[in-house]
Amino acid sequence: MPITTKDVMRVADLARLDVNEADAVLYASQLQKILGHVEKLSEVDTLGADDKTAKTAGTRPLREDKAVKGLSQDDALKNAPERSDGCIKVPQIIE
Amino acid sequence: MDLTSLTVHELSGLLQKREVSSVEAAQAYLNRIASLNARLGAYITVTADEAIEAAKEADKRLLSGASSPLTGVPVSVKDIFCTAGVKTTCASKILERFIPVYDAAVVARLKDAGAVILGKNNMDEFAMGSSTENSAFFPARNPWDLQRVPGGSSGGSASAVAADLSAASVGTDTGGSIRQPASCCGVVGLKPTYGRVSRYGMIAFASSLDQAGPITKDVTDAAIMLKAIAGFDPLDSTSVDLSVPDFPCLLSGGVKGLRLGIPKEYFIEGMDSQVSASVNDALDCLKKEGALIVPITLPHTEYAVSVYYLLATAEASSNLARFDGVKYGLRVGAANLIDMYKKSRAAGFGAEVKRRIMLGTYALSAGYYDAYYKKASEVRALIKRDFDEAFKVCDVIATPTCPTPAFKLGEKTQDPLTMYLSDIFTISCNLAGIPGISMPCGFTKGKLPIGLQLLGRPFDEATILRAAYTFERTAGIGKEKPAL
Repeated sequence: MPITTKDVMRVADLARLDVNEADAVLYASQLQKILGHVEKLSEVDTLGADDKTAKTAGTRPLREDKAVKGLSQDDALKNAPERSDGCIKVPQIIE
Repeated sequence: MDLTSLTVHELSGLLQKREVSSVEAAQAYLNRIASLNARLGAYITVTADEAIEAAKEADKRLLSGASSPLTGVPVSVKDIFCTAGVKTTCASKILERFIPVYDAAVVARLKDAGAVILGKNNMDEFAMGSSTENSAFFPARNPWDLQRVPGGSSGGSASAVAADLSAASVGTDTGGSIRQPASCCGVVGLKPTYGRVSRYGMIAFASSLDQAGPITKDVTDAAIMLKAIAGFDPLDSTSVDLSVPDFPCLLSGGVKGLRLGIPKEYFIEGMDSQVSASVNDALDCLKKEGALIVPITLPHTEYAVSVYYLLATAEASSNLARFDGVKYGLRVGAANLIDMYKKSRAAGFGAEVKRRIMLGTYALSAGYYDAYYKKASEVRALIKRDFDEAFKVCDVIATPTCPTPAFKLGEKTQDPLTMYLSDIFTISCNLAGIPGISMPCGFTKGKLPIGLQLLGRPFDEATILRAAYTFERTAGIGKEKPAL
C-alpha cells in the first residue's frame, strides 16, 4: 500500500513533529522503502508465537510501596526552559 | 613510557605499585585528547578539571590501599549517560544545554571504583545510527583511516579507545552499537545480557533492547570493566538480581571441549571475502586450541533487521515523546502548547531521529499495530527460540561482527535502508537478550580491522570472555596501533 504525503502528515501530527510539504514527500518515499523491506515478515508463520517481549531470566519485582526522597524542587527546575514562582512555565493550555 | 598506550590492567599495575600517579596518567590522556580530538571527533565534552580532581582523589585512595583495578584509571563514557553537573547531549541539539542533576548508575559505579572520567564520547544522535555521522555536532572518525567511519552508534567511544584517547569507555548497544564500532576500530566491545547492567540514567532509545557495556583495548579490560558496572539496581526494574561473577578471574582455562556453533545464515554471499577468510582463520585457531566446531542454524536470521526496525522505532517513538520542550531541553516558543511541542521537536531532532519517530509512530498507529508491531514481536519470539535451540547443541556461537570493514563517510547516508543493513549480524543478539562480544581478528589488505563476534547464553558472559581471551592469547592479535 503506497504511503502518501497525507499519511505522513497524519503521522507527523501524532508524533508532534512539525513537518513541511517538501519533507513529507521525502519521508513518504523513505518510509515506503523501509516498510517495503519489512513486508517480508508477513511470510513468517507465527501461529503460536508469543508476542510478549522476549523474556530473559530473573524476575521483575515491584519495589516496596514506600516513599523515597526524590529531586528537590530546585534540582527539578534547573533545566526548565522557563520558570515562574517555582513552577515550570508553559504556553496557555486552556482558552 | 607512553602511559596512554597501556591497557587498563597494565596501567592499574603501575598505579598500584605507585610507579606512576593517576594525575600523570590523566594528564597524559588529556594532552593526547588536546592534540588529536579535533581530527577524530571522539569526544563531545572533555572534563579536564574534573578529571584532574578525580585523579588527585584516586592517588590518595591508591596510597591508602583501598583501591580497585579501576582506581586512578582514565576512562570515558558515551554522551548518553547522565553525568551530574556535566552537559549530557546524546549528540542532539534538543539536549545541547542539558546538565543532569544526577549520575547514571554506570557512571556512579565507575566513580565508586575510583575511575577518572575524562569526558563524554561522541555518538549517533540518540544512539540511532551505525556510523556516528548522525551526531548533531560533528562526525567521529576511524583512527585506522580518517576518511572512514568508526561505526556507531558508540563510534566516539571506539575511536577514543582505539586511538588511546581513553583507557576504556562505556557505550550502549541496542542493535550492535557497541560491537559494530568495536569491530570497525579494532578494539573489544562487549554487550552484556539484557538486565546485567543497570540502565538508570542512560537516555532511553529502545528500552527492551538497550544495554550498556564496555569498549576496551583487550579482553581482560572488558572483564574488569564489566565487573565494575554490572549488578542489580533497584532503580532499574529490568536489571536482574543475580550475583556478578568475578569475570577477570574466569578468563583462563582455555576452550578444550567448548562447542562452537557456526550458523550458516551468517556466512552469506555478498560478505567481504577478507572478512570471511579472517573469521575462518580465527575459528581454525580456536579449533586447534581444542574447541569443537558445530554447524548450527538460526533460521529466522533474515527477518532480524525488519523486526528490529519496527520494534526499536516503536519504542523510540514512545521514549522520545518526553523531549517536548517543557521540563528540559530545547524549547521553541509558540502561542499554544501543541505548536510548542511540534516546533521544539522539529528544531531539536535530526533527520534520522525524526525518520525513526515517524516510522515507529506509524507502526503503532491505529490499523497498523497488528500488521507491524505485533507481528514483529511474534517473530522476535521465534528468533529467541532459534537461539534457545542452538544453545542446546553449542556453548558459544561464532560469527563475523560485520559483513564488511568500516565504510567511508558519506557512503551510506543517502539511503537509510543500506545503513540499517550494516547491522545485520549484530541485531539478533539484542532481540534475544543474550550477551555478545566483538574482538579484533585481523586486518584487510588495506589495513582496516576485522571483527569476530562471539555470542553466549543469557548471563554467561564468562564463557564468551574466556573464548575471546583464549583467541587473543593464541593469535597474538590486538596489539597493533593505528598511525596517527
